[in-house]
Amino acid sequence: MNPVNYLYLAALLFTIGASGVLIRRNAIVVFMCIELMLNACNLAFVAFSRMHGNLDGQIIAFFTMVVAAAEVVVGLAIIVSLFRSRHSASVDDASLMKL
Amino acid sequence: MTAQLAAHSGSFAVDATTSLAAYSTSTGEAFQFWILGTVAVIGALCTVFMKKSVHSALCLAGTMIILAVFYLANGAYFLGIVQVVVYTGAIMMLFLFVVMLVGVTAADSLKETIKGQRWLALLCGLGFGILLCAGIGNASLNEFEGLAQANAGGNVEGLAALIFTKYVFAFEITGALLITAAVGAMVLTHRERTERAKTQREMAEERVRANKQLPPLPAPGVYARHNAVDIAGLLPDGTPSELTVISTLRERGQIRDVSDQAIKDLKAIEQRSEERLGREGHEERKGRAEEAAK
Amino acid sequence: MENLIALLVAAPLLGAAVLLCGGRRLDPVGHWIGTVLASASFVIGAILFADMLGKDEEHRALAQHLFSWIPVEGFQADIAFQLDQLSMTFVLLITGVGSLIHVYSIGYMEHDERRRRFFGYLNLFLAAMLLLVLADNYLLLYVGWEGVGLASYLLIGFWQHKPSAATAAKKAFLVNRVGDMGLSIAIMLMFTTFGTFAFGPVLEATGETGEGKLTAIGLMLLLAACGKSAQVPLQSWLGDAMEGPTPVSALIHAATMVTAGVYLIVRSGEIFNAAPDAQLVTTVVGAVTLLFGAIVGCAKDDIKKALAGSTMSQIGYMILAAGLGPIGYVFAIMHLVTHGFFKAGLFLGAGSVMHGMNDEVDMRKYGGLRKHMPVTFVTFGLGYLAIIGFPGLSGFFSKDKIIEAAFAKGGTEGWILGGVALLGAAITAFYMTRVMLMTFFGEKRWQPDEHGHEPHPHESPKSMTIPMIVLAFGSVFAGGFFGIGDRFLHWLEPVTEHTHGHPPIGATTVTLSTMVVLVIGVGLAYLQYGRRPVPVVAPRGSLLTRAARRDLLQDDFNHVVLVRGGEHLTRSLVYVDHTLVDGVVNGTAASMGGLSGRLRKLQNGYARSYAVSMFGGAAILIAATLLMRAV
Repeated sequence: MNPVNYLYLAALLFTIGASGVLIRRNAIVVFMCIELMLNACNLAFVAFSRMHGNLDGQIIAFFTMVVAAAEVVVGLAIIVSLFRSRHSASVDDASLMKL
Repeated sequence: MTAQLAAHSGSFAVDATTSLAAYSTSTGEAFQFWILGTVAVIGALCTVFMKKSVHSALCLAGTMIILAVFYLANGAYFLGIVQVVVYTGAIMMLFLFVVMLVGVTAADSLKETIKGQRWLALLCGLGFGILLCAGIGNASLNEFEGLAQANAGGNVEGLAALIFTKYVFAFEITGALLITAAVGAMVLTHRERTERAKTQREMAEERVRANKQLPPLPAPGVYARHNAVDIAGLLPDGTPSELTVISTLRERGQIRDVSDQAIKDLKAIEQRSEERLGREGHEERKGRAEEAAK
Repeated sequence: MENLIALLVAAPLLGAAVLLCGGRRLDPVGHWIGTVLASASFVIGAILFADMLGKDEEHRALAQHLFSWIPVEGFQADIAFQLDQLSMTFVLLITGVGSLIHVYSIGYMEHDERRRRFFGYLNLFLAAMLLLVLADNYLLLYVGWEGVGLASYLLIGFWQHKPSAATAAKKAFLVNRVGDMGLSIAIMLMFTTFGTFAFGPVLEATGETGEGKLTAIGLMLLLAACGKSAQVPLQSWLGDAMEGPTPVSALIHAATMVTAGVYLIVRSGEIFNAAPDAQLVTTVVGAVTLLFGAIVGCAKDDIKKALAGSTMSQIGYMILAAGLGPIGYVFAIMHLVTHGFFKAGLFLGAGSVMHGMNDEVDMRKYGGLRKHMPVTFVTFGLGYLAIIGFPGLSGFFSKDKIIEAAFAKGGTEGWILGGVALLGAAITAFYMTRVMLMTFFGEKRWQPDEHGHEPHPHESPKSMTIPMIVLAFGSVFAGGFFGIGDRFLHWLEPVTEHTHGHPPIGATTVTLSTMVVLVIGVGLAYLQYGRRPVPVVAPRGSLLTRAARRDLLQDDFNHVVLVRGGEHLTRSLVYVDHTLVDGVVNGTAASMGGLSGRLRKLQNGYARSYAVSMFGGAAILIAATLLMRAV
């Protein structure tokens, strides 16, 4: 097996995550799908790191994790305050920005 | 199991030191990839298609752990551990907290409400995936270096050397980002009290004036078998009283109606006691008859 | 000596500046300042003239370069003057007649409270007119050209409280603008053709230039001349311009400004010489105007408008002569000068009559004035004799030469032009006799005006009669002085050149036939207006008379063709604008609106829909990247 298979796996996971973002209405699940996409990217970075024989890819993946953590903190806070005010976690309910 | 796999990958790394550029990994790793990769994809699909968000979260956690294993297999030992500890351990638990807050049992409907959204999503997803795979296939990445040299002084040490030299500014900035995120989350969830809190006396007077419930609210229904807070207490006529259940559960529609259950239970109890009484009576009669026979 | 040239222009310009900016403090002395500065200009002109006479014929031209006006690479415009015999003639005419009319105006405008302003405008006119004739390039000439147009506008509308005067001023300005367009186009053509505006280089270069371009320039110059000199088809403003004070009519609309067109053509003689088509058109315009003005002059009862028709006709003679080329230039200028004398004299006489008749202009309400205004009668009578070409007086010499030159053009054209000129002479005799008889002979026909004031005809003050007497002297003797011994011819020849044509009939025959038509014209007029009493109310008259009273339907033509036509054109353009242009614009807007109304549905507010677009975009980006790699 060649490590390039990891890349195919990452692509697959990314696509599944993206489709999930498009399909699911529950904001929490949408968020999870985004996490899935980030993880898929991380996998690709790690695989690249191995292919190129240096650690920079892993560093990027590490930073991605940090950013993901920050994002989750803020995103979940948003979901909580959204739920508090609208009693719903559906992203479709927050559709006021239209004509 | 993780430790075992890590050890396995370690052995692979040692193997790779002999030849810098390789075209193929070990068979063990290939075996591991195909098995765990399949599980990871199934987990991802379940994340998307599970009706209850708590199930989605659990599936995602599983996928993430598998990814951690893959990191280890790829020589990213530090990241593998961080993935388990930080991602699966901390972030996913944060998700679960929020799921609890929002309602753990609430199931989403997967019926699409926006016209054409599902087909578009499918089309875009398929197109994107196919194009991405075509791109990877097109890139002819058959040869790979391996991390034996980079990890020679230890993976953590190597990462540290990079983070504190080449990426030191990015590192500092991500620190600032984390603090900002924490403050932002607090600001978002914080509710400013705009008026003075009412005293107990004021609230009591208000209740009297509004002719509302004066004494404390009635307790939830309590039976011998059920004393949970989600069971409404029954009024004398047997109907459940909403007042007895807390408003959060009422809003979520998570009140368990046990009125008929209670009646069934009552019947069962009566029947059982009757049976027992009957049996006892029979035995009594029998005993009496035996005594009489004596 | 050449440093004096700028002073010629500067003196009246200073007067204009002082009088127009000085304010009411100058009211008591304003007219004296204006007159003195105009006379100063005349004195300077006379000094220069004396100096010029003392020089050799070939070296008489003077030049003065003041400063570079617009020095740009490849475009050089200078404030520079040129004083040759042609300019000298004009300078003397302008300053001489101008000074006399300044003196006349002192009396004529005595009771006008805005007299200071009037003199300021007169001085402004003199300055602009001198600039026009002294300029050594077309661009500076254009400045003077516009300057006299402005002064003319201001002076025609001087009594702006009268709506008719204000309208007449606007009309003159607008019609002149058409001609000015021609001059500016001609100057632009010159610049593209020759690369310069200066007279010398332009006129020298005509030999190497294509005839087509020269014809175009010539026709544009002719258009300019038509506008300024009131020639057909741009003549309609001159009659209305009589709304201005009479001294203005005498100076600007008889003696000087209206002759600027003749000056322009004679000055650009080399261009016309090289463009026979333009010359032919010029002669046709002159001939048509000659008859046109004469016919109009026959029908007008307003003394000033009758004289205006006469002016138009006489300038027609000059333009005709100028169009004949080197055989006519000198006679055009000569007639211009003699005409300047007698027509100014006639106008001043008319002004004097009006002055004594409570500003009445209708000749049918005059009659028998010779006893009441003897000086006016004599001076006007001498002017009359001069204009009809009475033997020995000014007009006889100059007009006779023009008729002769017209025949000398040769061929059928020569016969036609000569015949027209002869016919014009007859009509001139008719209408001028009519004016003379209606005004000074017959019974008195004046009546009290609507306020019951009966006019008391009286002779005008000295300040008015003296200029009239001086001009009458000019009317009598100028022609003889110029004509006998060909003095004027020799004077101007170095500038304009002269060739003797080959007239098909002898000079004596021409003179004799002129005399015959003169007698016929005078006789007809005497039969009509001398023998019979003149009705106070104008009779209905024949169709031609009625048309002539309406300026031969010129204004009606303008109204129908230009005004109505313009209105229709505008209306149709508005229609096209509304339907086609607005249709396209509004249609575009509406289709955009409809499109955006549909596109708006994409903005449904659902984050997931937006995410689909984003994801689709990402897919397309990957596709594009792959495609670029593949290519």
